[in-house]
Amino acid sequence: MLLEIKNLEVVFPMRQGDLRVLHGIDLAVEKGEILGLVGESGSGKSVLSKAVMGLLAKPGRASGGEILFQGQDLLKADAKALRSLRGNRIAMIFQDPMATLNPVLRIDAQMLEAVQGHRKMPSAEARRLCIEALRKVGIPAPEERFLNYPHQLSGGMRQRIAIATALLNDPDLILADEATTALDVTIQAQILSEMKALCRESGTALVWVTHDLAVVSGIADRIAVMYAGRIVECGPTQEVLSRPKHPYTQGLLDSVPSAAQRGQDLRQIPGLMPSPSALPPGCAFNPRCLRAKEACRSNQPVMTQTPTGAFACFNPLSEGDRA
Amino acid sequence: MLQFLVRRLLQAVGVLAVMSLLVFVGVFAIGNPVDVMIDPAASEAERQAAIVALGLDQPMWRQYLTFVGNALQGDMGKSFVYNQSASELILSRLPATFELAVMAMLIAVAIGLPMGLWAGLKPGSWADRLLMTISIFMFSLPTFWVGLLLIMGFAVTLGWLPSGGRGETRELFGVPFAFLTWDGFQHLLLPAFNLALFKLALVLRMVRGGVREQMTSDYVAFARAKGVSETRIVFKHVLRNIMLPVITVMGLEFGNILAFAVVTESIYAWPGMGKLLINAITVLDRPVIVAYLMITVFIFIVINLIVDLTYTLLDPRVRTGGAK
Repeated sequence: MLLEIKNLEVVFPMRQGDLRVLHGIDLAVEKGEILGLVGESGSGKSVLSKAVMGLLAKPGRASGGEILFQGQDLLKADAKALRSLRGNRIAMIFQDPMATLNPVLRIDAQMLEAVQGHRKMPSAEARRLCIEALRKVGIPAPEERFLNYPHQLSGGMRQRIAIATALLNDPDLILADEATTALDVTIQAQILSEMKALCRESGTALVWVTHDLAVVSGIADRIAVMYAGRIVECGPTQEVLSRPKHPYTQGLLDSVPSAAQRGQDLRQIPGLMPSPSALPPGCAFNPRCLRAKEACRSNQPVMTQTPTGAFACFNPLSEGDRA
Repeated sequence: MLQFLVRRLLQAVGVLAVMSLLVFVGVFAIGNPVDVMIDPAASEAERQAAIVALGLDQPMWRQYLTFVGNALQGDMGKSFVYNQSASELILSRLPATFELAVMAMLIAVAIGLPMGLWAGLKPGSWADRLLMTISIFMFSLPTFWVGLLLIMGFAVTLGWLPSGGRGETRELFGVPFAFLTWDGFQHLLLPAFNLALFKLALVLRMVRGGVREQMTSDYVAFARAKGVSETRIVFKHVLRNIMLPVITVMGLEFGNILAFAVVTESIYAWPGMGKLLINAITVLDRPVIVAYLMITVFIFIVINLIVDLTYTLLDPRVRTGGAK
């Protein structure tokens, strides 16, 4: 197992006490696997990926659990050990390509520091490595682009540079946080398929964090669905998409535009995700759930294992419900 | 780049033209210099002779045209008091003010920048809170009062530094400077520090605010995700982004010191331009006032140009044309 998250809790200390945003997350990523992490805004999916990187925004901190990366608990690692892992064994790509590159530094400076921060390498060789990475992610005339400033490049180009930077040290794991959300749909599709090909080729595991089920359906081997700081369902992509167990997953699927009948209104999930400071008792989804029962309003459902995955629901959808 | 420079020069000429008119009209409104300068016991005939000699019998618009005509040939008129070219008079005082201003800026940046970084990187710490409180005092205490306190403390009580004057000077490229001799340097310290206090607080607060804002930006998170060390993030990534607004404000402040170091120069009897201006105003020495203000405007234009050029060096987004 490459990455194993066990019972992870993340809190943000507030004046009124700790605000818990992640509740007992269990998640595993195998070597070379592509995992889609799906959820609405505020579900905690970004916090989860930042927690793995050790980059939680202050004063947020992991208050319990383990994040085992190749057997090493990242929560117990010191700053130096974490820094030597980041950008080296675990890389991350962010949402907004317009903001992730430093506007006043050239691309070469920003890529070279990712190489030379981790291994001693002659400058000429490091440059060659960077230009090769740029070529790999489909940047035309990489030698010239390498000497550009970010503002001279388009959003899609900048995201490719961020991806190339992430790939520089052949990481074992890449976390992509809404990495194509800010891009045009056509660029998004290109980058997705290139990303998939690159990871398959190098055997890199990829966690693709997104709110868009349509995006992960094409790329992911497995899907984990998050709601209000918990994982509510996970399993192989085909299984989750065609036979969802959790009503929330079903709701997400119903609200994908391509699933709707022409001319009809999109089906949406009524209501909003509760804020972490005002979670309802029982299952956090119960106020929005059409299948909620008595037990859902008082008890927290635990993960139920299925042959291929797991779900946390007292009243899961069965074959009959979907017919 | 060339296009940019030409455009800026044309703008500068426009600003100077407008400014000359404003200054001229403004100085006219202050009062009649003849009333101040001529011996009250002088006869009416002598009075009239003086007015004609100074050209004050002409209507204002003609005086202005004469002034512009002369100014275009580099002649800003003669001081009524010193009977010496006004621009030469002012320029002879410029080095003193200039070294005072440079020293003050150096002190402000040398102390304000590291302190601002420290406070900004540890928001809410005791150091941050202490520096913020001190900077409020630096902002709000009046310069002349702090200047007097400094004299009391360092010159009178401790006797470490001289209380006024410029001390011994040494020539550099034919221009006398005080900072080149130990005695002159000691004379320079107190007035420069007094002038620096406000700018120091300004730099400190701007850098602190900039650091706090930039440290939460995406590019810093991405740099961390690349495994870049915190030291490199602060000095290579963040500092350069913060310097842009700091340089703009420092440029303007530098102009401010050059033009309006009046109070400090008076307290420390520093023979600079500010002291000359104050004297010129009290005796309504019009040519000196006008020439002084024109030179000040010119200095501001030059400083702004330098600031803009520095910007293009630091921020690639401002560079016009040059980049591919």
